[in-house]
Amino acid sequence: MAVTTAGESAPRVALLNDPKIRAWIVQILLLVVLVWLTYVGIQNMFANLQAANIASGFGFLNRNAGFAISQSLLEYDQATSTFGRVFFVGLINTLLVSAVGIVIATILGFVVGIARLSQNWVVSRIATVYIETLRNIPLLLQIFVWYFAVLRLLPGRRDSLDMGFLGQLNISGWYAPKPVYGDGINLVLGALVIAIVAIFFISRWARKRQEQTGETFPVFWTSVGLFVGLPLIAYFIAGMPLSFEYPEQGNFGPRGGARIYPEFIGLLLALSFYTGAFIAEIVRAGILGVNKGQTEASHALGLRNGPTLRLVIVPQALRIIIPPLTSQYLNLTKNSSLAVAIAYPDLVSVFAGTALNQTGQAVEILMMTMLTYLVLSLLISAFMNWYNAKMALVER
Amino acid sequence: MPLEKIRKGAWAMKSILKGLVGVSVLALSAGAASAATLDDVKSRDALKCGVSQGLPGFSNPDSDGNWSGLDVDLCKAVAAAIFDDASKVEYVPLSAKERFTALQSGEVDLLSRNTTWTMSRDTQLGLNFSVVNYYDGQGFMVRSSMGISSALQLSGAAICTNTGTTTELNVADYFRANNMDYELVAFEKADEVVAAYDAGRCDVYTTDQSGIYAQRLKLTNPDEHKVLPEVISKEPLGPAVRQGDDQWLNIVKWVHFAMVEAEESGVTQGNAEEMKGSDNPNIKRLLGTEGEFGTAIGLENDWGYRIIKHVGNYGEAFARNVGPDTPLKIARGQNALWSNGGLQYAPPIR
Ligand SMILES: N[C@@H](CCC(=O)N[C@@H](CS)C(=O)NCC(=O)O)C(=O)O
Repeated sequence: MAVTTAGESAPRVALLNDPKIRAWIVQILLLVVLVWLTYVGIQNMFANLQAANIASGFGFLNRNAGFAISQSLLEYDQATSTFGRVFFVGLINTLLVSAVGIVIATILGFVVGIARLSQNWVVSRIATVYIETLRNIPLLLQIFVWYFAVLRLLPGRRDSLDMGFLGQLNISGWYAPKPVYGDGINLVLGALVIAIVAIFFISRWARKRQEQTGETFPVFWTSVGLFVGLPLIAYFIAGMPLSFEYPEQGNFGPRGGARIYPEFIGLLLALSFYTGAFIAEIVRAGILGVNKGQTEASHALGLRNGPTLRLVIVPQALRIIIPPLTSQYLNLTKNSSLAVAIAYPDLVSVFAGTALNQTGQAVEILMMTMLTYLVLSLLISAFMNWYNAKMALVER
Repeated sequence: MPLEKIRKGAWAMKSILKGLVGVSVLALSAGAASAATLDDVKSRDALKCGVSQGLPGFSNPDSDGNWSGLDVDLCKAVAAAIFDDASKVEYVPLSAKERFTALQSGEVDLLSRNTTWTMSRDTQLGLNFSVVNYYDGQGFMVRSSMGISSALQLSGAAICTNTGTTTELNVADYFRANNMDYELVAFEKADEVVAAYDAGRCDVYTTDQSGIYAQRLKLTNPDEHKVLPEVISKEPLGPAVRQGDDQWLNIVKWVHFAMVEAEESGVTQGNAEEMKGSDNPNIKRLLGTEGEFGTAIGLENDWGYRIIKHVGNYGEAFARNVGPDTPLKIARGQNALWSNGGLQYAPPIR
């Protein structure tokens, strides 16, 4: 920026020649044209739909859907639930498989990525083979393989494997015991919340203390103790208000209980293992990106391999890892839309698939679906950017 | 199995993209349904016919990519009527989910793909149905070993089927009406439905009865499965076209009627040439030796003769593709001529 001293005014330029104003004008013009084009496009689309006698509008969202959906975390009844509800059921199924997939893929990616750098020849070979194979086979194929492998592995619907207190397992999935809450469960939940808050403050205090005095505190074990112990005490005080409902035997195999569907498992495994292979490479690159001197310095200070990795290498590697990790998370979320291939009722399958076909309102439904994926992607990006900023090098 | 399917292009995103392309065509094209489909077909020198991705007896490709089936014969008959050449057809395989968007956006001229004529499809999708080339109804298939003899014993069963079909809705109605619960496992592609049912994921496979007979052939042991007696719905299957082109609608409609009329008057692929000399006025009008019925729908007057010469009459097409001498072994039943107690009836050509 030019420095202007008091009294001395900048040379006068015509408004149109001022680069700043010019830039603004161009931007505004561009925006106007864009908005106009979108408007004309949408106008034209609805006019065309009308001319072709195709129903349009969003009224269908309040109409009864009339078809069943296997896995639903929301209350869903085929007789009374609307297409609007179908949207949310599908969305939550997408979120579920993506969220769990991201967690598993991340853990897997870190383990395999580090394993590939291991000095142990066998371990590093296994990691290499895993990465190279899974990265190079089309995901859709992997989804089929996992799904049909899962189906092949499990016993038939009428010959469930009885796993005792864990419920039943067969080709239709895991019929897990379903928790039934009694009075006083709030006390247990309250205790859980208190435990979490306590853990948060204890770890903050421990970190401060270590920074000031160098003394360490067994944060991990204390946390485990609090997390398990407090709710357990509350549970007994409240008179054990938690029981489990077990699946019973029906005509066609077990009924009831909490269900984990094989479609979910197949899709989850495929997404996690596939994305895990990419994350492993990102992790490896991140670790290799940290100067070797850091390891040597850490060893010289007397830290062993474990703490060196945890306290010195990984925190620095994370700065390299996070940005590409974000795009893997986005990929996994978008790839979850392959679900329809194996009947997992995700958003694309039940909403942009079944609902679209039953209503015929392709334009509205595809617009809603695309917008949803866009928002999801932006949210994931925003979160990862925030995390990245938090992890960025803080100069002291 | 799976590699095969990848090649068949099962990408879900791809199907979204296809939908999107369809939608954007709708959004950007000046007049959505270009009026004269016949002119487009003629200038392209081929009919684009939307068919299934492989349903034996109805529309199924062999290993060389030659399509055959009852629905395919309708495509061929339309091409024969227009070009005097039944091979001028481009087949576009469509999943149940993709089919209507493909027709709306003009990707195909004609949808001939075991599609049920329903009121909403006829009135809300910008499409027109007009004839039924196969009267069907929805049924259930189970493993014989389960000892089930009626659909009313199916409460609690897991049911495999296709998404985007009337099947999904009928099964919901039926189970609700009979106070039974069920678990729906719905795939986009028919091959996966069959594979999952075969693997034992479901107790029941449900679709149109014709579809059951066709898909059963793909099971590991077809004989170990049986079809339950209940037929829970009406599934009139027929061709669909876009609204706003009456001439094209008439062509498709009358091509089917000509095939039925030919069966009724005893005109076959074998005797069509000879029948041109017939004195029977019905046959004369059908084969175009009398009257101007072809030109009235924008075709040549021998349109009927062309259809029968290249494809044969309805009864021949039925026998060749799905009849008792085929692997499907389907009896004429409701699809017999009205004069034999069935429902196939063609209005007079006059
Ligand atoms: N007639 C029903 C069902 C049609 C349908 O798509 N049936 C499946 C199961 S038989 C099918 O044709 N699959 C063959 C394919 O997708 O290629 C409808 O129009 O909705």
